[in-house]
Amino acid sequence: MPRSLTLSPSKTAVVSSPSRSARRSRTALTGWAYAAPTALFVVIFFVAPIGLVGRMSVSDWGLFAGNRGWNAPENFTDAVSDRLFWPAVWFTVKYTVLTTVILLVLALGLALLVQESSRWNGILRTSFLVPSALGLASASLLFYALYSPQASPIPGQISFLGTPWSALWSTVALIVWRFAGFYMLLLLVGLQSIPGDVYEAARLDGAGRWQTFRHVTLPLLRPSLALCTILCVTGSLLAFDQFYILTKGGPDNSTVTIVQLIYNMAFQGQNNLGRAAALSILVLAALLVVNIVQFRGLRGRER
Amino acid sequence: MRRILAVTAIASLLASVAACGGDDDNGGSGGGNITAEGADDGTELALWTRAPLELQAKALVEAYNKSHKNQVKLTIVPNDDYVAKVGAAAGSGDLPDLFAADIVYVPNWTKAGLFADLTDRIKLLPYADKINQGHLQAGTFEDKEYVLPFVLDLSVIFYNKKLYKEAGLDPEKGPTTIDEFKEQALAIQKLKKPGVFGTYFGGNCGGCNVFTWFPMIWASGEEVMNPEGTQSRLDGTAAQKVYATWRELQEAGAIAPGAKDETGATWVAAFQQGKVGVMPYPATLLSTAAKTVDVGVVPIPGVNGGASTFVGGDGIGISKDSKKSEQAWNFLSWMTSEAAQVDVLAANDSSVSRTDLADNKYSQKDPRVVTVNKVAASPQSKTPVAVNFQQAFNAPGSPWMTLVRDQVYGDPSTLGKDNAALTDSLAQ
Repeated sequence: MPRSLTLSPSKTAVVSSPSRSARRSRTALTGWAYAAPTALFVVIFFVAPIGLVGRMSVSDWGLFAGNRGWNAPENFTDAVSDRLFWPAVWFTVKYTVLTTVILLVLALGLALLVQESSRWNGILRTSFLVPSALGLASASLLFYALYSPQASPIPGQISFLGTPWSALWSTVALIVWRFAGFYMLLLLVGLQSIPGDVYEAARLDGAGRWQTFRHVTLPLLRPSLALCTILCVTGSLLAFDQFYILTKGGPDNSTVTIVQLIYNMAFQGQNNLGRAAALSILVLAALLVVNIVQFRGLRGRER
Repeated sequence: MRRILAVTAIASLLASVAACGGDDDNGGSGGGNITAEGADDGTELALWTRAPLELQAKALVEAYNKSHKNQVKLTIVPNDDYVAKVGAAAGSGDLPDLFAADIVYVPNWTKAGLFADLTDRIKLLPYADKINQGHLQAGTFEDKEYVLPFVLDLSVIFYNKKLYKEAGLDPEKGPTTIDEFKEQALAIQKLKKPGVFGTYFGGNCGGCNVFTWFPMIWASGEEVMNPEGTQSRLDGTAAQKVYATWRELQEAGAIAPGAKDETGATWVAAFQQGKVGVMPYPATLLSTAAKTVDVGVVPIPGVNGGASTFVGGDGIGISKDSKKSEQAWNFLSWMTSEAAQVDVLAANDSSVSRTDLADNKYSQKDPRVVTVNKVAASPQSKTPVAVNFQQAFNAPGSPWMTLVRDQVYGDPSTLGKDNAALTDSLAQ
């Protein structure tokens, strides 16, 4: 989609331009005027903060002390050699793969379930979607109470957050509960945009349920699935709230995500904004690469 | 650009502080441009503190506002957000006139220059030598004093007298050694009452165990760090005895469930619900706990007796950014006076921060408060001073937390390695 948008103006320009350059420049000006508000917002809320973070990342910048001059490769080497860096990277990746797979499979199942109109449709759709109306922090607090041995309504002394394994799965459960409805909605939109005659044709050709799903639904749903994957992967790589509230990175630093490590470097003891900013830049670069790879994959399949 | 702005802002602030001093010179009393009382001229002052001290901070501010022309506006910040908020404000030159800091963070913050120098002002106080020394020392950097005690938070042993009676223990005698603490906790556990356990602790809370375990080591006559706060001595014999005691209690199932995941949010709750027999506890919560439980109070003992407490709580100082230091000093000066210490803090069952006021009309009514005030003055009671205290001990996943969890739940043979990691963190 975005590609065709960017392509079309230049095409028209090529066709009509040789005669009048003045008109062309006026069109260009109008174009700039239209783009200006967005560009301004991007500059103020994206480029400027990134510039500041970039500057911090090459400076010896303490939380209380402020900028104390250049500290360029050290910030990055210190950030990477932090004792929790590689465990945090590994845990973040593990968590991302887990949540993405579980969420997408479940959301697709739910979307298929509520796609057909039936008597329970309204109730089902609403109940799946309601958790999405809750803020992530509020949802985390809700689950904190559910998991707390002192406040939990769940009988028996189950330690939900006591071991690395249970802490991970308890958090995954929260995230699945919170986001399944949202991704279901995205996939539902995709499902409903598949024209009915394709299914009809499949049926006429004698395709079974599984064959229809495998060779009609899935390929046509690919753009929606790709969107969900990108959203889910990016969101999970940047996970913070849920772990900050539920586990604080515990037990024994087993659930420290990369963003939590950034937060800890900045505000929890080291109080080193420079090192935290350096790590942020590294994460930003990694995210860019991941997203470029994902976009490439998506575009390749579309052709 | 931002930097230029910030520099200009700071420069103009400095200029105005200097201007303030000049004004006082003209109107002040006698020689110096500072006075013991400061100025009370109807200025509005901003004060920040963290949520755990809400009760005491509110009481102090209300009493001050009632009796003074200056008005203090109190902002209470959630505990976990406090460092970040102060850090952001310090960076942009927007610190409030007065702000409190967890006393263990004070050395780091004074070193970073967040507070204004109070040395000459504190000297003017007639009771300067009676102010809690632990807090004053923590607030001293390069022979200059920056901080006064705001609220003292002391750790003592709380025990549930009702459960003690049921278990056949003497409800008037709490533990006087670490072994007695263990035996009494086990005796409560032997009651096998559903939902009742011998003891409790914050198994995933660095700050909780600093607060409750350090005194056990001090009371045994050992130290937790070298005097400079750059080297850990938490592998000593007394320390090992403390770890072993908690490990045995854990293995005997005498610690209430949830301790292993306890990040500190609810570590005081179970005792208040009457579910815990005996545990080290913050003395500031005496009045709260006494509402639901018949509380007995004794000092935290060491291996062979002794009595110690962690002189914690918050110190308070005037910020580097304040343009109203004379007025802010008026609040601090009043805060350390008898009117504030006795009629506000002691009246609210809080500990006073002046030794000469420890025995007052309110504490006399409750022998438990006398116990608390007495142990605060014990030579074995301390405030540990280390610049990197937060990252070594309090931060989630700190080396101290690793040490504690290895000692209680994991492999205790890693003590040497864990202690070395702690030293690395302190010495950074």
